[in-house]
Amino acid sequence: MSAYDHVTAARANDRPTSVDYISRIFGDTFFELHGDRRFADDKAVIGGIAEINGKPVTVIGLEKGRNLKERMDRNFGSAHPEGYRKALRLMKQAEKFHRPVICFVDTSGAYCGIGAEERGQGQAIAENLMEMMTLRTPVLSIFIGEGGSGGALALAVADEVWMLENAIYSVISPEGCASILWKDPSKTAEASECLKLTAQDLFKLGVIERIIREPRDVESRIFDSLKNLIAETFEKKQAIPPERLIELRYNRFRKF
Amino acid sequence: MPEFFNFLKPKNELENQGGFPENHPYIPEELWIKCPVCKGVMLSSDLMDNHKVCPKCDYHFRIAARQRVDMTIDEDTFHEMDADMSSTNKIDFPDYEKKLKSAKLSSGENESVITGTGEICGEKTVIAVMNSQFMMGSMGTVTGEKITRAFEYATLHRLPVIIFTVSGGARMQEGILSLMQMAKTSGAVKLHSDAGLLYITVLTDPTTGGVTASFAMEGDIILSEPRALIGFAGPRVIEQTIRQKLPKDFQSAEFLLEKGFIDAVVQRKDMKTTLARLIRLHSSNDKEVSSDECL
Repeated sequence: MSAYDHVTAARANDRPTSVDYISRIFGDTFFELHGDRRFADDKAVIGGIAEINGKPVTVIGLEKGRNLKERMDRNFGSAHPEGYRKALRLMKQAEKFHRPVICFVDTSGAYCGIGAEERGQGQAIAENLMEMMTLRTPVLSIFIGEGGSGGALALAVADEVWMLENAIYSVISPEGCASILWKDPSKTAEASECLKLTAQDLFKLGVIERIIREPRDVESRIFDSLKNLIAETFEKKQAIPPERLIELRYNRFRKF
Repeated sequence: MPEFFNFLKPKNELENQGGFPENHPYIPEELWIKCPVCKGVMLSSDLMDNHKVCPKCDYHFRIAARQRVDMTIDEDTFHEMDADMSSTNKIDFPDYEKKLKSAKLSSGENESVITGTGEICGEKTVIAVMNSQFMMGSMGTVTGEKITRAFEYATLHRLPVIIFTVSGGARMQEGILSLMQMAKTSGAVKLHSDAGLLYITVLTDPTTGGVTASFAMEGDIILSEPRALIGFAGPRVIEQTIRQKLPKDFQSAEFLLEKGFIDAVVQRKDMKTTLARLIRLHSSNDKEVSSDECL
């Protein structure tokens, strides 16, 4: 598969979204929590508390929606500042109650619009980066589709970052890169290669810890093995004293 | 997050005219300068005497990082850190070496940020100044590394940090490694902050993208120069997304002040004394202020 094939697969409309992962991994144990307590409830971010093997965990996901109506409702997974603030509120809550955090990342990027700027899109992302770095509880981020730049990173300052085999993670969209580089947005395939945005490339660069086999549909049994993997990882991470966990997380990003 | 944006403001005539050699004031060949905003014509020497601010309309011309250091730091107190560090093409991005070479030539600098220690009206501080003349101040690995080291040094030596930001955002040519600098620098800011130390950011025209979404917005106190463009997405990207024209003065420093995202808009001529005052208000030892200091 070429890099661009991965881009196409990562964006495919029939791909499982955060909602699918949450329902397949956590089932009925997921209780959704809403709002950032400052402005609004951003539906591009879904969050709540769930159980994994009987243990509580905070779940946060960037949600694109599964049909056109849902996609409009969730702004195609592009969060406003209130979405990032909602995520941070839930992470702080997780820290308070000593439960680990799992983030599902799937976004073309943080929303670019008047309201987003007025309410401090840059500030909201910056605050997440800063606060996540010293969160005293384990954080795991799984890229299930698109990982668009700062809008994805704002949920990915984690102890481990995993990617689905067809997920992508990039500083700029291949279209944006092509229009800057060649003044030609149609050269997306070439730009996709240059950016090193596939799970394989990112694993080689040390940006992610694990590549996850792809579920072909929401009925796939791969969700079960993913669930076990998450539970195991949290068990290991929770055994690490918080100071050490933060030190390891700092060094994880310090090396770049 | 696109790296380059078309900025609202027209390019001014002092830009892109070659390097600013170390310790030498930049003297333009033309004796007369036309302000790109009010179109007023002035003697270039008058502009220099006025901190490169148009005396007629108060337009703050962009200035080179080296000149900013000279304007801000007391004479003979600046000690540069990591001056020789420069970027390599880690992800084999096409033509990146060529870009770096021309950026070095045109700016006379090795990277898009200068870091070091120095004194402001006698107050010791760590300072980082970004440079619009080096790939529009974009954040590469070395930019992030120099800023991170500056924070780590300040945390270790219990010093405040001042950063003058100017940036188009992440550096596309370094791909994901550029994005990682946002997390890395934010981590260093957080440890400095948790140590109870002061961090002041001064946003200058333009500050956008990944720099806005990381250390630029993480200061205890956030100042800006008048009318600087400050945003996450660039105006052109927003216009393309929402398919409408943006309101006038959208994303200006004054707009951000009104929306509650910056603490104060400060004139360039007052910046040094403002910084000194703020540092002094946060210094634990109440040492005597000697009369020859600039406050």
